[in-house]
Amino acid sequence: MRRLFNNHANAYGSGFMSPPVAPPGWSRWLVPPAALSVHLSIGQAYAWSVFKPPLESALGLSGTQSALPFQLGIVMLGLSAAFGGTLVERKGPRWAMTVALVCFSSGFLLSALGASLEQYWLIVFGYGFVGGIGLGIGYISPVSTLIKWFPDRPGMATGIAIMGFGGGALIASPWSAQMLESFGGDSSGIALAFLVHGLSYAVFMLLGVLLVRVPRTEKPVESGPSVLAGPQVSANQAIRTPQFWCLWLVLCMNVTAGIGILEKAAPMITDFFADSSTPVSVTAAAGFVALLSAANMAGRIGWSSTSDLIGRKNIYRVYLGVGALMYALIALFGDSSKPLFVLCALVILSFYGGGFATVPAYLKDLFGTYQVGAIHGRLLTAWSTAGVLGPLIVNWIADRQEEAGRHGASLYGLSFVIMIGLLVVGFVANELVRPVHPRHHVPAPKEPAHVQRQQSESA
Amino acid sequence: MSSDSSQSPPSPDRRWLIAFAWVWVGLPLAYGLYELVRKATQLFTG
Repeated sequence: MRRLFNNHANAYGSGFMSPPVAPPGWSRWLVPPAALSVHLSIGQAYAWSVFKPPLESALGLSGTQSALPFQLGIVMLGLSAAFGGTLVERKGPRWAMTVALVCFSSGFLLSALGASLEQYWLIVFGYGFVGGIGLGIGYISPVSTLIKWFPDRPGMATGIAIMGFGGGALIASPWSAQMLESFGGDSSGIALAFLVHGLSYAVFMLLGVLLVRVPRTEKPVESGPSVLAGPQVSANQAIRTPQFWCLWLVLCMNVTAGIGILEKAAPMITDFFADSSTPVSVTAAAGFVALLSAANMAGRIGWSSTSDLIGRKNIYRVYLGVGALMYALIALFGDSSKPLFVLCALVILSFYGGGFATVPAYLKDLFGTYQVGAIHGRLLTAWSTAGVLGPLIVNWIADRQEEAGRHGASLYGLSFVIMIGLLVVGFVANELVRPVHPRHHVPAPKEPAHVQRQQSESA
Repeated sequence: MSSDSSQSPPSPDRRWLIAFAWVWVGLPLAYGLYELVRKATQLFTG
């Protein structure tokens, strides 16, 4: 097993692009900020909407057109995470963070050029295609390294990084808005804002590139478990196991349920209390959306850390089981009590964030650390699927209900029933997760003949 | 495998590096959280 670690470490090679092995005295607490510097940057993607109105007026675009860079970016995130995962495992976190930095910043710089030349296709290509590759590679870049540094608390470690992805939008949203206000919403102002974003994110992400280190040994914590404890499964073998597809279903259902609220949060709370004595104003609805973002972020670090204490399977039982209960409470009593509605929605969103953050540690428990980053990348296709499924269900049903003359809370009743059904499907899939069959494990390398001879002589 | 030298306590230089790294990521995050709290309070005041 030890040789598996050495073989794996040697496969990185040497030079700047290889992950430098931590020198003596290196603290593992330097790795989470390295991961955060990447995730806080690429999390900007969820603040793209800030650029939509100025782009629409400056370049004469429709709402659908102005959403294209973001949509392509998310598609590229899923594709590059799924197909680039094995490469990330082979080349190491420093290489991955460098690729993420170059692609994400170049995406902004190309967009700046596109805005100044008023060539919208260049913004779509730059931010969506090039930047999207940076999103996917950046998202999975620190996962495997964090798990190796924190074998005793993998849930907390990945929770910190993935919380950063949620936090990135919180930073970028007001920052980008203020920048556009200063530079102006015309094409040259947008171009300047893109340029500043590209340069700032390059400098900010550089910390991650410079700080990231892989542990010197398989046991980075004296009292903790070995990195190589438990079964080790390659990414190619992992997707041949029922466990991978059960987890795929669990993630997809959990994310769909979260998006079910997130997608229409503002109109939902307004519709729910439209006929009450205290209707919800537009500003209050915006406050509700902000509160949901806070719950999403808190869930990522809070629930993922809790999973280190109560176990991965149990925490997903909570996400999916209690999540279904929360949806039932909203459907039955949500329109009669505003605090109950808000509380249930916050819990659902905290489970949504928790589901994202806990899944790398769940993968580590099942498949080991050997290629956990690559396996995680492939599992993220569940996110892409849910990103289409969630909004589709909620919007389509709400539109049909409106056409049928319904209004208020009854617009969402059927959506909630479907969400409960999806969560139950996820719950069952989680129950079906069992330890991976040994035939999928990476075989331990055979000892050379002379070592075997020495061992038999000393026995 | 030899005992892990990364387990030894960080030197004073590294403690500064740890502090710097956390401040580097903590400051923008604190700004984002401040803006979030400002907006979220609108639910109760708006």
